Order: sequence, then C-alpha cells, then structure tokens
Amino acid sequence: MLEITTTRHNPLVDPHLAVWSWEIPVYLFLGGIVAGMMVLAGINLIRLARGDDPKRFFSVQTPIFAIALLSLGMFALFLDLAHKLYVWRVYVAFEPTSPMSWGSWVLLLVYPVLAASALLRLPDSWPWLARAVPAVARASDGLIARPGVVRMLGWANVVLGVALGIYTGILLNTMVARPLWNSAILGPLFLFSGLSAGAALIHLATAVLPGRPAPQGPVTGALAALWQPMGREAPPRSTGDQLTRADLAFLAIELVLIALLLANLYTSTASHAAAASLIASGPYALAFWGGVVLLGIVAPLALQGLELGRRIPHTVLPALLVLVGGFTLRWVMVRAGQLSHIVQATAN
Amino acid sequence: MPRFGMVIDTRKCVGCMDCVVACQTENDVPHGYCRDWITTEVRGEFPHLALEIRSERCNHCDNPPCVSCCPTGASHVEPVGMTVQVTSTKCIGCKACISACPYGARYVHPDGYVDKCTFCAHRTTEGRDPACVSVCPTHCMHFGDLDDPKSKVSELLRTRQWHTLLPEAGTRPRVFYLT
Repeated sequence: MLEITTTRHNPLVDPHLAVWSWEIPVYLFLGGIVAGMMVLAGINLIRLARGDDPKRFFSVQTPIFAIALLSLGMFALFLDLAHKLYVWRVYVAFEPTSPMSWGSWVLLLVYPVLAASALLRLPDSWPWLARAVPAVARASDGLIARPGVVRMLGWANVVLGVALGIYTGILLNTMVARPLWNSAILGPLFLFSGLSAGAALIHLATAVLPGRPAPQGPVTGALAALWQPMGREAPPRSTGDQLTRADLAFLAIELVLIALLLANLYTSTASHAAAASLIASGPYALAFWGGVVLLGIVAPLALQGLELGRRIPHTVLPALLVLVGGFTLRWVMVRAGQLSHIVQATAN
Repeated sequence: MPRFGMVIDTRKCVGCMDCVVACQTENDVPHGYCRDWITTEVRGEFPHLALEIRSERCNHCDNPPCVSCCPTGASHVEPVGMTVQVTSTKCIGCKACISACPYGARYVHPDGYVDKCTFCAHRTTEGRDPACVSVCPTHCMHFGDLDDPKSKVSELLRTRQWHTLLPEAGTRPRVFYLT
C-alpha cells in the first residue's frame, strides 16, 4: 500500500492539474486546420507553377480563410494567458529549447506567407476589392505571371504548414511530467488530423455556397475561394474525388498513428501505461473511442469510401464528422494529458 | 559560484508546518496558495507500516523542465546559487511551466504571473538561511552549497542515506530527503 496525503491546495494544480481549459484545444484545432490547409494549398501552388490545368485542383485559395481561422485560434490562445499585458515578451526573446517560442516565431512567418498566397486569388474571390484597390489586382497579376515566385510560395506553404502542424503536437510532447504527451507520434498525429480537418473544411465550403455564379461577398467570396479552382467555374467532379481520396489517405494514416501512440505508451513505463489507460479505458475512453476514433475517423472513412464508389450520394456529413473528431482529439489529449502524471513505485 | 541545495532529515521532521507558515509570512504568499507544503507518505500493510513526513517545495532542479519550456526566459536559472527563479515582468502566464513540473511546485499568482518557491533568494544571497529552514523547531532542514565539500549539506549527503523526489523524471532535483 502507498498512501500519500498532502497539505498543498493550489488552485488549478490540486487535486490534479487543470491549467488549460477550452482555449488550448481550440487553438490546437484551428492551428491544425490552418496547417493542413497550408500544405494542401502549397502542393497545389507548386502544381500551378508547373503549368498544370488550374481547373483540376482546389485549395490554392485556402489562405484567405486560413488567415481568419489562425487569428481566431491565436485569440483563443491569448484568452488563455494569465498575464495578458506581457504577451509582447514572446517576441523580444527566442528560447531555442521552448516549443512555444518556436511556435510563436513560426506563426509570425505564417502570416506573411498566407497573405501573399491569398493575394494570388483575391481578385477572383473578391472582385470588389480588386476594383476598389487596383494595386491588389496588379500585385495578383504580377504574382501569377511569375511561376518561380508561385513555386517558392508553394514550398513556403508546405514547409510552414508541416512545421505548424507538428509544432502543435510537439508543444505538448516535450513535457516530461505528463506521460500521456511523451510520445513523438503526437506531432505527426496532429499534423495528419489537421490535414484531414483542412480537407473537411474545403468540403464543407461546397455545401454552403449558394450556387453559380460564384458568390463574391466578403465572407461568401472567401468561402467560395476554399473550393473554386482558378476562375469562376465549378470544379469538375474528378477534383472533388481527388480531395476525397486525399482525405481517405489522411484518415487512414491518422488511424495508424493513433494505434502506434497507444502501442508506444502501453509498452513504455508504468506511468505511460497508466496515462494511456486514461484514454483507452478510463474517464476519457468514451470521448476517445466514440468521438475521435469511431465518429471522427472510422465513420468518415467508410462514408467517403462509399461516396467514391458512387454507392451513396456525396454529402457534407463525413466532413462534419472529421471536424468533430479533430476537435475531440485535441480536447481529449489536453484534458487527459493534464490528468496524467508520473506514477510512484509502490514496491516495498 | 555556489550551487544551493536543501537537505531535509525525514527522521526528525514531525510535520508541524512551521516551514509552511514561515514561508507564507516571509514571502507574502497569497491566501489559499502555498510555496511549500507537507506530504505524508505511508507504505506497507498494517501493522507493518512505514511513515515518512516531508516538507516539499520547488526542487530547483539541475535540469529544470520549467526553464526549458518557457517561451520568454521568465523562468530561468539564477547564476548566484543556480536556483530556478521566475521574473514576473517577463511571464506571460502561458502555464507551460506548471504543466512541465512533475512536482506541482508552481501556481498562477492572483496577479497573473507564475509563482513558486525562490529558496528565499532575498535572504540566501545575503548569506542567511531560507525562512523555512530558519524556523524549523526540530532542526531537520539544512541549506547550503552542494559544490562546497565542507558545507553541512555536502557532509550530510556523504554520510547519510538519502533520496530525491521522482528521480526517474530526469530533472536532478536539489532537495534531498535523509532516510
């Protein structure tokens, strides 16, 4: 028997750690979506620079939407800070051992790349803006006319997207005191979850569009930009199938990474095995197996597979489920991770 | 440069909490919070039980995870005494250090910044003992330079059996418990 009593009673620390509430999962979720969108957009920008038919792919345009999502995520992060007036301190220091410091600086690089990428499509999505500010149209034309710059922009999107996606996992991963997070698989897992959530959001945009011609309002134009290929016409069906196939691959990889995460934790120390039990059979089992694995991965995998085989009509249900699963994954990992701790040896 | 550490004799500690009260008074710790606390650990099966009472606090680790995760450098190792300190005007309150500490030694001060035991830096840099050590009625707590072989703490660690908390975390804590 090992019985421990303590007189410590610090808020948010006792009886168990609870310093991070909804703000951090929201930030990790939105950051993950943006990371996924950047990778997808980056790949298509590289294809665009190569001279591929722009009608055959989507998501060159996601940066317009990504800027809004990332800002929302960073606002959630700001809300979480307990000493808000000193937030500027992050940008007068670079701490090489701190993932949070790396992430803050990566975010600072992400914004200009997103803005430049958004410029490429702005006159298509928001013609009113191009009319009001002719410089926008000129800058956009100038960018499109330079495949070398578009290619560089594409690679910048891919590299920063991968960095952002992995960072959201590594941020948790480096904390030795929280065994549930002590797996490097968390980085790739959050990246692939972000990729599938990014693809899901592009899918959702197809549902909220009011029809043709493509809408051009500030919000609807940005939404349309998520889905529309270059130009105003609707993408061909094969483009949609291509996105669905990519999402199937992301979800399948995510499932494998989750299996590896559990294997990694269960075959590690007693602390790690106990931490894995929190999500596999403990208080977060329902949210994990039901919300993350079944609703968030297995169901959309099956539904999208059937859609590709033309056995059921295309709906936005799989996309919605992927988004629910993506958020639940972050929520479960942040909450259960704080509950996990190093288990003391009881042998005597 | 000294490397401060603390040695606590669990065979003498009675868990009177004088150290806790002294800390709260000395450091004006806000009501409802604590920088140090008493942990009682009972092992074995009745009637064969072993009891250990410990006065616990920040371990001022040699390999502090709270420092390496801090994005602003607010959590840092002070050159004098190699103690772990928090500069409140650099802290953004992200709470990464609280999550990273395996000992639960940190908390968010009501003013927003993260706070914890300082080893009474304002006293120890003047050559005085931390408040908790100075009031201990059983003289079970010792403070000094671990790098000085002639110091009382070094001598105790050479001559007595001791353990640290969660050594498997790899933090190399500098609060030692004599057994």
